[in-house]
Amino acid sequence: MKKTALFGAIALALSVAASAKEWKEIRVGIDATYKPFTYKTPDGKPTGFDVDIANALCAELKAKCVFVEQAWDGMIPGLNAKKYDAIVSSMSITEERKRAVDFTGKYYNTPSRIVVKLGGAIKNVPADLKGKKIGVLKGSTQEKYAKGELEGAGAVVVPYEAQDQVYLDIKSGRLDGTVADSVEVYEGFLKTADGKGWGFVGPVLNEPKYFGEGAGIAVRKSDQDLKAALNKAIGTIRANGTWKKINDKYFNFEVWGK
Amino acid sequence: MQFDVIFEPATLKLFWQGILVSLKLLVISVSIGALLSIPLAVLRVSRNKWLSTPVWLYTYVMRGTPMLIQVYLIYYGVAQLDIVQANWDTVALFKPFKDALFCCVLAFTLNTCAYTTEMLAGAIRDTNHGEVEAAKAMGMSKWQVMRRIVLPSALRRTLPSYSNEVIMMLHGTSLASTVPALMDITGAARSVYSDYYLPFEAFITAGAIYLVLTFTLVGLFKLAERRWLAYLQPRKA
Repeated sequence: MKKTALFGAIALALSVAASAKEWKEIRVGIDATYKPFTYKTPDGKPTGFDVDIANALCAELKAKCVFVEQAWDGMIPGLNAKKYDAIVSSMSITEERKRAVDFTGKYYNTPSRIVVKLGGAIKNVPADLKGKKIGVLKGSTQEKYAKGELEGAGAVVVPYEAQDQVYLDIKSGRLDGTVADSVEVYEGFLKTADGKGWGFVGPVLNEPKYFGEGAGIAVRKSDQDLKAALNKAIGTIRANGTWKKINDKYFNFEVWGK
Repeated sequence: MQFDVIFEPATLKLFWQGILVSLKLLVISVSIGALLSIPLAVLRVSRNKWLSTPVWLYTYVMRGTPMLIQVYLIYYGVAQLDIVQANWDTVALFKPFKDALFCCVLAFTLNTCAYTTEMLAGAIRDTNHGEVEAAKAMGMSKWQVMRRIVLPSALRRTLPSYSNEVIMMLHGTSLASTVPALMDITGAARSVYSDYYLPFEAFITAGAIYLVLTFTLVGLFKLAERRWLAYLQPRKA
């Protein structure tokens, strides 16, 4: 009985300490395979739109950003396992994810598109995708969309661990296409030499059922103070021009979206 | 813990298909590997350096590198060679490399074959001298001694360590989950993990499935040993 009381006291003390915690250091989970949002410089430093946004938010909160790398399919479990405190890695705000974690408001919103070889057999989607192999990122909104909409039309949906592996297998000829964020696929693939002759097909994809309401920052449900602070900071950088500056560094149009 | 997710029909189906893929990978690679290992082991123990050195080099390289590296090299590495990319719809030799299952089976087969070859070569070297002498005294040729006396006995004596190799290979098939398009048991668990964010439930289920498969294999090898190694068992009262 005494022991339980003691443990109870310790737990209480810890929880009080935790709730009063100042966010001096925010560990940010990223999957650095998503150019130009999250990727690494040749010398291995994390960089990109997400990373700059995270740094700007940290500066706003007078905290230090520490980046922690994590493969995409383990992003949310890693957050709940306290390997990092926030995910700033182009994570779309979806109903399913909201069951596991909390999101701030969006910090950008770009639609997804289907990408195939131009001038080939695929002209109308999803009808022409029958029997074609479409690579997607495992655990992504695009995977949900491809499984929900394209598989029914006869496409073979192949989930990959990372988006850059999808590009490798497009290059090698194992895949007939991919579904990805339009900006990411443009910067990370279509603009490169490997992406020559490839392009968008079909309409802009942004059904909230699959794609949610844009990319937000995920935090643990228990860290309401961090969520509130980040929401406020997003408002501030959006208002004071920092967001615009970061946007212009990477894109020649606004990615804030509708 | 939310194990109810695991017992949903869709998840069960995913795991069932995973079991089939894992077993398919295991059975194909282990059987081809075992068949190839017999001639390779005979070459490996040959006194002719021109025969034994290439086999030694092969087993040395395959046993000296992790199987994950071998899978990556064959699946991603080979596919990035320009000559393969340009020709793999036309040249029959390159065609299979487009297929994920083939790449995995190739890596697994090369790997298990190397280990089995060394085990078998060891057992051949360990053959009792008396048996070989007796066979020679009966007037058997070198090949007859190998075929009738040494190999059958070496194959039997390799059984206990070979059962370990097969079990290691079963666990090794989990590397197939690193290759896209292959959903083995581990792949199924990863998929559940990324869909429902339930690492414990997904991987405990996968672990339990591997455990059951492993014990089934252990039981089968026990039976095989009782059948083929009876003459080496201590006599029962």
